[in-house]
Amino acid sequence: MISQEAKQRMHAAVARYPVARSAMLPALHIVQEEEGFITEEGINAVAEVIGAKPDEVQSIATFYSMYFKKPAGQYVIKVCTSISCYLRGCDQLLEHLEKRLGIPRGQTTPDGQFTLLTTECLASCGTAPVLQVNNEFVEDLTTDKVDALIAELRRQPATTAQEC
Amino acid sequence: MAELIVTKYIDVPGIDTLDVYRAHDGYKALEKALREYQPEQIVEMVKKSGLRGRGGAGFPTGMKWSFLPKDSSRPRYLCCNADESEPGTFKDRMLMEKLPHRVLEGVIISSFATHVHHAFIYVRGELAFAGRQMERAVSEAYNAGYLGKNILGSGYDLEVTVHRGAGAYICGEESALLESLEGKRGYPRLKPPFPATIGLYGGPTVINNVETLATVPPIVLSGAEWYASFGTEKSKGTRIFCLSGHVNRPGNYELPLGTPLRVLIEDYGGGVWKGRQLKAIIPGGSSTFFLGPDKIDVPLDFESVAAAGSMLGSGGVIVFDDQTCIVDAVLRISEFYRDESCGKCTPCREGTFWMVQLLERLEAGHGKSSDMDLLVDICDNISGKAFCPLGDAATSTVVSSIKLFREEYEFHVRTGHCMVGPRARQPATTTA
Repeated sequence: MISQEAKQRMHAAVARYPVARSAMLPALHIVQEEEGFITEEGINAVAEVIGAKPDEVQSIATFYSMYFKKPAGQYVIKVCTSISCYLRGCDQLLEHLEKRLGIPRGQTTPDGQFTLLTTECLASCGTAPVLQVNNEFVEDLTTDKVDALIAELRRQPATTAQEC
Repeated sequence: MAELIVTKYIDVPGIDTLDVYRAHDGYKALEKALREYQPEQIVEMVKKSGLRGRGGAGFPTGMKWSFLPKDSSRPRYLCCNADESEPGTFKDRMLMEKLPHRVLEGVIISSFATHVHHAFIYVRGELAFAGRQMERAVSEAYNAGYLGKNILGSGYDLEVTVHRGAGAYICGEESALLESLEGKRGYPRLKPPFPATIGLYGGPTVINNVETLATVPPIVLSGAEWYASFGTEKSKGTRIFCLSGHVNRPGNYELPLGTPLRVLIEDYGGGVWKGRQLKAIIPGGSSTFFLGPDKIDVPLDFESVAAAGSMLGSGGVIVFDDQTCIVDAVLRISEFYRDESCGKCTPCREGTFWMVQLLERLEAGHGKSSDMDLLVDICDNISGKAFCPLGDAATSTVVSSIKLFREEYEFHVRTGHCMVGPRARQPATTTA
């Protein structure tokens, strides 16, 4: 459900640019924050606010890797697998995470709490290997640190995307 | 201890807030620029300083600014390229997170110098905290009168919009950045025309890297001659080197241009880790050519690294130890370009995909002896023929690794497994 408040934020985004269409990416971020992924209702809302066709909005949403096409877990874990993290052991950490969460990379746990993804260079090569949880960094990873992180996240109350 | 210019005061607690920044020379450069100089004089000052772009291309900054046409029917814009995505590079994130006001002060002075009244800071989407820091700095600056109408009573107006990307390495390419900022897919544009002539919304546009812009306030404050006293004859000043990979102390290090690679790796980086030997270095992000260990004394400036067979690039120095399987490492690097290719042009879209297939085959032990020549041939069909530099970038480690480590590729073909590293084994037979 795209709330009135979300639509107002989209309009506020439009006001920051000389041309309304430039608010396309910010508006799509607002949809994802509201719904957890890019819904058809979200695309229509963006199209209406920006003054574009839904097809055009769809085309933008499918180009950029941060926008999800289907629902994701409460915690989206993105593990960097680019060269500097590769050199510091990200592959082993990723395998460890797959075992801990009981899902292969690319999947969401059945309880909907975790989505495990790989991602390209996150500009954190000095503290490799790294991951992000919902776009916030966890750096200098070890298996112990990863275990502590998952335990900590599992202790948090379960929420749905709409309640965040 | 090297003099810190762009990272000066970075460790002062609270330097990311306006009050602490102001207590440490913050916005003095902006005051000086507005009160003592005409915009054109700032452009001349930056030219004289010898500052070159810190994003990767190293184009002289002052010269780029002077390309804006004097008359144009469309408004001018400035874009701070904060889409840092080049593997091995992590300096711009640090500047935005820890010194957001210095970046912003650089944006404001540079906008003043180029008669721009609306600037954008395009922050890659994954850097959520960095984006929030820049938003907060912009808000603090508006409240303090460093942005908006009639800045510090100078009569100069500037609006700044922090714009968040959504995951696309290609949007770090300046013309793709403009497309993205205009709300479209990040497909690069044909150049010429260059953004300086036809850029954002068709108007003359300045696009500079975060570190480049963050260097402008120190230049204004201490003078072009002072800045030019650091570095080498053609590569002036200091820059942040991002050291990563198999070293004891990875991290960001600001050093004068021309510092030898050995000094960065050994003195600052603590040398190769785990007591291992140096096998290879990538000096400027994964889009640059491998250097062998014989190049350890190369001075880190644009000319010297080019003469050694690579590029200074983004400053992302990646170190590989002697337990690294080069074929597997190049496969990992190549997957990046395949995944990030925008798909617009055939050489890059098909070539990056095909190269990964070949490298997978080689690494898995199903490679053919003709595969290396085929890889080089594919690279030849991409390099200089793709629509934008991403295609060229995808070929750098492939061609340079085949040149420097061909025997390792041949070993994979002959024996079916790695020569070194965790998957190396003694071959079962000695015949092919």
